[in-house]
Amino acid sequence: MTAYTATVTVRLKRGVLDPEAETTQQALERLGFELSDLRSADRFEVDLDAADADEAADRADEMAERLLANPTIHDYEVAVAER
Amino acid sequence: MVGVTVAVVQFGGSNCDRDAVRALEHVGVDAERVWHEDGLPADAEGIVLPGGFSYGDYLRAGAMAARAPIMEEVREAAADGVPVIGVCNGAQIGSESGLTDGAFTTNASARFQCEPVHLRVERADTPWTAAYEEGEVIEVPIAHGEGRFEIDEAAHADLVADDRVLFRYCDADGNVTDAANPNGSTDNVAGVLGERESVAVLMPHPERATLPDLGRSTDGAGILRAFA
Repeated sequence: MTAYTATVTVRLKRGVLDPEAETTQQALERLGFELSDLRSADRFEVDLDAADADEAADRADEMAERLLANPTIHDYEVAVAER
Repeated sequence: MVGVTVAVVQFGGSNCDRDAVRALEHVGVDAERVWHEDGLPADAEGIVLPGGFSYGDYLRAGAMAARAPIMEEVREAAADGVPVIGVCNGAQIGSESGLTDGAFTTNASARFQCEPVHLRVERADTPWTAAYEEGEVIEVPIAHGEGRFEIDEAAHADLVADDRVLFRYCDADGNVTDAANPNGSTDNVAGVLGERESVAVLMPHPERATLPDLGRSTDGAGILRAFA
């Protein structure tokens, strides 16, 4: 077994309204920053032991499917690194 | 009192469970609060997933409660035809657990909204709406920060084709308009049916529009009479 950190990034699908990101962008603009867009995402870092990186990725993938993301509104990606 | 016991499932952070029991008893339905860890009572002939802020809305509103073991029992009961309704946080829990299609997410306003709204009854031939006429306008309050109904285009087309939209936000005259849409919900959807008509979720609070003493509307009572 090897120790891995699986990083799961969950973001709204393109086209799904993100009022929190819009509000954050407005706040940045109020502070005088110039920007053309802002998107937000949730990142989960999952420490786990697995036989190899593929197994670690598969398990993190299932975590995203079953809880971390809501497939109706979210896309997600998984990146695995040895810890 | 009729011979039906409705289980009002209480999670940590539920806060409309007592209101739901009071309102159900007002319409003559025997109801009891059930702590989620205790499991569903064997004699539960109806289930309410009440409003509140289960698990502090961690991750997404309803996401944690939807994965609590009792929800497996709720899904099985729903599949057996036991009437199940999710209200507000209960609607979020219901959609997160797959009882109904779509998702409820952050209001377009990015604000928590607590206000009376008008709903158009889109189906009058379900247990939840037998007290109304199709097209009738009822007034029921909302109180949510994550009530914007989102659904992908194909699933929305199926929802409409299957006639599973139960309530839409509308104006006082029943017109479904953008101005009458409090939270940016797709197609003004306020409540939907599950695969079976005995399963429904809605963001507005019928239990807050049932007791005459509470104020402006008792229009929600008809929804709760589904259990009578």
